[in-house]
Amino acid sequence: MRPEPDTAGECPRSEPVLTVRNLTVELPTGMERRYAVKDVSFDLPRGRVLCVIGESGSGKSVTANTIMGLLPNVIRVTSGEIRFQGDDLLKLDKDSLRGLRGRAISMIFQDPLSALNPLMTVGDQIAEAMAAHGAGTRQSRTERALELLEEVGLPDPALMLHQYPFRLSGGQRQRVMIAMALALEPDILIADEPTTALDVTTQAQILELILDIQKRKGMSVMFITHDFGVVAEIADQVIVMEKGVIVEQAPANEIFTAPKHEYTKRLIAAVPELIEAGQPDRSISAGQDDTVISVENLNKTYTSGSGWLGRKRVVSAVADASFTLKRGQTLGLVGESGSGKTSLGRLLIKLLESDSGRIVYRGTDIAPMSEREFRPLRPKIQMIFQDPFASLNPRSTIGHIITVGPIAQGMKRSEARTKAFRILQQVGLDAGAYGRYPHEFSGGQRQRVGIARALMFDPEVLVADEAVSALDVSIQAQILQLLDEIQRETQVSMVFITHDLRIASQICDHVLVMQSGKIVEAGPPSRIFHHPRHDYTRQLVAAIPGTGRAARPA
Amino acid sequence: MTETTLDTPSHRWWNSRALSRFMRHRLAIIGTAMLLLLTLACFAGPHLLAYDELFIDLRARFSPPLTGDHYLGTDPMGRDITARLLVAGQTSLLVGFFAMILSTLIGTVIGVVAGYYGGRVNAALMRFVDAFLAFPSIFLLLALAAFINPSPVMITVIIAVTSWMEIARIVEAEVKSLRERDFVMAGRMLGLSNTHIMFRELLPNMVGPIIVAATLTVARAILLEAYISFLGYGIQPPLPSWGNMLNGAQQYLDSAPWLAIVPGITITIAVTSFNFIGDGLRDAFDVRSEPT
Repeated sequence: MRPEPDTAGECPRSEPVLTVRNLTVELPTGMERRYAVKDVSFDLPRGRVLCVIGESGSGKSVTANTIMGLLPNVIRVTSGEIRFQGDDLLKLDKDSLRGLRGRAISMIFQDPLSALNPLMTVGDQIAEAMAAHGAGTRQSRTERALELLEEVGLPDPALMLHQYPFRLSGGQRQRVMIAMALALEPDILIADEPTTALDVTTQAQILELILDIQKRKGMSVMFITHDFGVVAEIADQVIVMEKGVIVEQAPANEIFTAPKHEYTKRLIAAVPELIEAGQPDRSISAGQDDTVISVENLNKTYTSGSGWLGRKRVVSAVADASFTLKRGQTLGLVGESGSGKTSLGRLLIKLLESDSGRIVYRGTDIAPMSEREFRPLRPKIQMIFQDPFASLNPRSTIGHIITVGPIAQGMKRSEARTKAFRILQQVGLDAGAYGRYPHEFSGGQRQRVGIARALMFDPEVLVADEAVSALDVSIQAQILQLLDEIQRETQVSMVFITHDLRIASQICDHVLVMQSGKIVEAGPPSRIFHHPRHDYTRQLVAAIPGTGRAARPA
Repeated sequence: MTETTLDTPSHRWWNSRALSRFMRHRLAIIGTAMLLLLTLACFAGPHLLAYDELFIDLRARFSPPLTGDHYLGTDPMGRDITARLLVAGQTSLLVGFFAMILSTLIGTVIGVVAGYYGGRVNAALMRFVDAFLAFPSIFLLLALAAFINPSPVMITVIIAVTSWMEIARIVEAEVKSLRERDFVMAGRMLGLSNTHIMFRELLPNMVGPIIVAATLTVARAILLEAYISFLGYGIQPPLPSWGNMLNGAQQYLDSAPWLAIVPGITITIAVTSFNFIGDGLRDAFDVRSEPT
């Protein structure tokens, strides 16, 4: 909850700026359910932040796109009305709707890079938003653009005006998007997961910016998110959606203190939390000194540009990394994007060649080995990938996906098959999955297949690269639990790469904090997160969404 | 909480979305029907006719179409045009089909290898492709045909080696984008060999574009065969092909136009059918072409 409910006392019963009544949107036939949203009614209060929360497929984005009139042609609104300034937006013709879009109702999107035109300067794009509505002159539009860039807190706005989107960081791009959305002082800002693609520290800044602008302009914000931590930061009102239906609507403080619907309770319970300060860390049960991998002074730099024409750029992805991984231990690698955590994970499994340093696995240095020499050792070190969609070959059956490796390593076909069935059961999938294709499964199930694939070899080390970050919170919790069970059973060592400190704090025995390729701090999670020594760790911990909230239900 | 499986139809080709999109493409269906008819006629038809393609009926030279049993007339030597046309169709279609198979194989292998390895291998292979593309293929064909005994097999090979470049380019681009996907990295993690990853993991993901390109290649191969046979370097009489039928017809354009019109229309039908099917397949495999 935000610190001060600003206008609550002044105008308690003001007219809602937008009302949605009985909105039903139909999906094309052959989809998993008939309606994208069904019989949805809610009010967007004037000058407030309304959070719409739900997991993927809950219909939250469809609701927002319906308001904006941006539904794809195959999806049809079958009934309901959306009242804004006396008009039903669903009955307006294309031109009047276009007149409203951007001027009265603006939207910002999840991925600011794909929402910005890569061939136009930032200034031109903001000016274009105004020109499209015939606002101002060329001169005044440029001035306004400059003003907006300053307002959204971009450094050196005059210079920024002439920059192209690819030169900006993710957070800066999102600021540009916000500037564009604000260009014509809209009454309503719809934000569709605007911080999901951003790092935690950037997310915290963007949330603060949206709140700040909302307060200054008295704008109404409809904020779509899947993260209860974010809801806790900014919401006045909350709508919880599940499978296209609103299951609960309540003021933000009530949602957290007294959630009524089962689904809301489940969602809140599934939000990972930082471990309590005094709580004992997860400890390794067996063989404390049994070192599986020790990494010594590992380095990796990327060179871009040939250095022949144009300048050569050298980026250090991993600099002088040293650590040890013990049997049955979970080592957390945390840091923001670009911190080198993924590169370090890939170096460990030799999907990336290191420049210098040693990776000692069971007494042998695997770093200088060629692919051919390392191939027999590959089964021992396996990886679980981030994207459950891209990491499974869409043209292969699950059976093929999980047995192809062992068979290539010389396991008998029948033996691989038998083992596959056992492993599928272990990861919580039924035997019927064997002959089916990845697209028939949900994200969580696919991630289970990814885990099964890694387990087929009985590995000693599992590198999990953001293995749960693409999943919904409730699914996230299940997968984390599965990984925990597997670890208890098999004593596999895990390197858990994540940007989510809350998750890291819960499942790791030891955490390494990385910043620009360097390990800046290492230690047990209870110490790292509650008594951080390095400034960067402190920033990361402070930026965790939802931490500002004092009272949480147990 | 338990996760439920999506209720999507199972992944079988006969109830796939691609097939249903193809079935809705009217021109593609017409093309398929025409082609089936043409193929059936070419391979079964000659057995049902009264004359074979080499029988010379001297009394009926230059008969226009619909004279007695000569449904499409006769040629200057009194041979039945229907019979010649259908037998020629066998040659032309087979040359087109096998040239397609061969050029698809060459193009796919080169494209996959170039795209997968990238770097120098890619540069070398793709410059090789460029070199072939830079050659006007019709002259290359004619030059080769002039040196080599123009049997149907050699013609097929010559057409194949001059038309694999497009497929190589398509496949190379596909592989380049696919190889960045995590499942390729997962393949390396499992210790799969590069050959295994290229041909068993990546290749099945490219059947769509390859089939489309291959279909269009058949059309082009039929045309190329017609060109060189028309110019006299291709299939040699008395073995008929659509191209050399046209060749024989050119001096009688005034007196016996049907000699040119009949094989001309047949070539047009065959080529447009293949092109329609190609377009239909392209739309069928392209998810974005879902009708609104």
